[in-house]
Amino acid sequence: MKTIRLKEIEGNSLGYLGLLALLGAFILAALGSSYYMEHNGHWVTGMNNQIVWGLPHVFAVFLIVAASGALNVASISSVFDKKFYKPLAPLSAVLSLALLIGGLMVLVLDLGRPDRLIIAMTYYNFKSIFAWNMILYNGFFLFTGVYLWFMLDRTMKGYTKYAGFAAFIWRLILTTGTGAIFGFIVARTGYNMAMLAPMFIIMSFSFGLAIYILVLMASFKWTDRALGDVVIIRLRKLLGVFVAAVLYFVVVYHLTNLYMTNHHDYEAFILLGTQGGESYSRMFWIGQIILGSLVPLALIFAPGAGKCRMTLTAACVLVILGGLAQMYVLIIGGQAFPLEMFPGMEVLESTFFDGATAQYAPTLPEVLLGLGGVAVAMIIMALSIKVLGLLPESLDDTTADPHHKAD
Amino acid sequence: MKEMTVNFSRRHFFEKSATAVAGLSIAPGVFLSQVAQAKPADQAVTIEKRWGMLIDAAKCATGCNDCVTACHEENGVTSHGRPETDAQWIRKVKLRDKATNHVISLPMMCQHCETAPCVYVCPTGASFKRADGIVLVDKHICIGCRYCMMACPYKARSFVHETVTDQVEYSPRGKGTVESCTLCVHRVDEGGTPACVEACNKAEHGAMIFGDLKDPNSAISIELEKHGGKQIRADLKLNTGVRYQGI
Repeated sequence: MKTIRLKEIEGNSLGYLGLLALLGAFILAALGSSYYMEHNGHWVTGMNNQIVWGLPHVFAVFLIVAASGALNVASISSVFDKKFYKPLAPLSAVLSLALLIGGLMVLVLDLGRPDRLIIAMTYYNFKSIFAWNMILYNGFFLFTGVYLWFMLDRTMKGYTKYAGFAAFIWRLILTTGTGAIFGFIVARTGYNMAMLAPMFIIMSFSFGLAIYILVLMASFKWTDRALGDVVIIRLRKLLGVFVAAVLYFVVVYHLTNLYMTNHHDYEAFILLGTQGGESYSRMFWIGQIILGSLVPLALIFAPGAGKCRMTLTAACVLVILGGLAQMYVLIIGGQAFPLEMFPGMEVLESTFFDGATAQYAPTLPEVLLGLGGVAVAMIIMALSIKVLGLLPESLDDTTADPHHKAD
Repeated sequence: MKEMTVNFSRRHFFEKSATAVAGLSIAPGVFLSQVAQAKPADQAVTIEKRWGMLIDAAKCATGCNDCVTACHEENGVTSHGRPETDAQWIRKVKLRDKATNHVISLPMMCQHCETAPCVYVCPTGASFKRADGIVLVDKHICIGCRYCMMACPYKARSFVHETVTDQVEYSPRGKGTVESCTLCVHRVDEGGTPACVEACNKAEHGAMIFGDLKDPNSAISIELEKHGGKQIRADLKLNTGVRYQGI
């Protein structure tokens, strides 16, 4: 069997520097947006006292969920001992750390008082799942950081399996916590379901792998390294299974709601667009279901498309956009649906929009802040690939899989 | 013990009661025996009392907004002409029973739950409940995450969306933090009643009664025993301090 060497990239081409500059510009725009929002107060954003978590939260939660999923490939290599995935594992661990940093940056910069982050790190209310999440994020950095160290340090290689196992367990707990942030909200019809925790885990598998595949293909292509079809075919099938699994959970989530009479109004709001929910039902059917799930499944499993990188790229992009749509429908749609305070009563007048569907339109600073989180994750990847030996020199078919037989 | 410590540190929020920590830890029994109508400023709040409010929707006049005006004047809550982002500590809601067409009007505000979801979810403990049942936000440790607003079933909380001017000293507010009805804690601690209740009585509607739910001889307890009172979203079993009649 050939030895697979992981090697840094040179990282001094015009393309590479241009990429850094582009990502840097996005990050500056995000910091500027955050300053603008904090300086003026959040009234300049689309959020209000009805929709309190807006587009930045959609990006932040998406990135945090994807972060845990990006560790998939590493977990498969260490926990399930699949040698095939070993050379792909360090990139997977770094990507998961990068995405988490990007997501947390968006989350923190959208706080009312980001300057008080130190309070959130020192005052813990242990009844709060949000406080637990802060511990889980920090733990994830620790476990995945150690895991990465063991993978890259020859002297520690023997312990990689244990570190990988610990990181794997922790990321499952982490995403359970992220899902529970919504699942534990008893007041709102669209949340309040334990199923959101496992659903977030399976969403993380799908979103994280889609991002991983794009980063892998891009970094191999842009550095002229060989990436064989065997790798592409395996990751493609894996993504297909995850996308289908997310769809399954979404179906069960809505079936459960449809079975509960007191959730019918909410389901009509999301699925049929009643009570002013047209934008959410459009985003659900067109964004999340058709473009985010069914089209990617067709692209992934289309006969004869196994090696086609173009369709795989398209599928990954659609899974990511569909994931953002799913987060938007859940986070914004879940808040837009009116709180049921007075059953059997119609609200005739209220100065605080009781009984009315809440309105939300994202503003440019919120979009830029969200994209800034993505840019932070990507710039960390670009820099890591340059300074750490993360990318295999070659993963052509005979290197990646010695038992591979050419067609 | 942890909860006690946290409560004590929060007490700094109310300067007048800062010395209560020492008082409670030295000789709680001595102080408790001295409880009268008004709580001395150097004495900690205790679980001996649970402050609550009873609102009679049948007496609440449609079109009257006096409780809202009084509350916002008392606490320095100003409007910027942007109803979606303006803070509202109390609001009037007009409702029609779909089955009977009966129309009622009532004020909605923080319901001062015993098991308050906002207190449970707050990551830093800025959302807290005093021993006497009043739910408050410590503006010094609120990071503005708005999770309490997600969790509140009553939409009782507002996020301060802009720079605050003309604050009143007993009711601190701050851009980027969350706030809600304090049950006029600054008045209650001096033996007074909340501004909204006072305004309702002044308008001679008498739709709001404030008092100690644990004192069987208080006006609120007597009225509750005689005619009962409902909780909004009783299904959540939050044991609210604010109760309603006529809904």
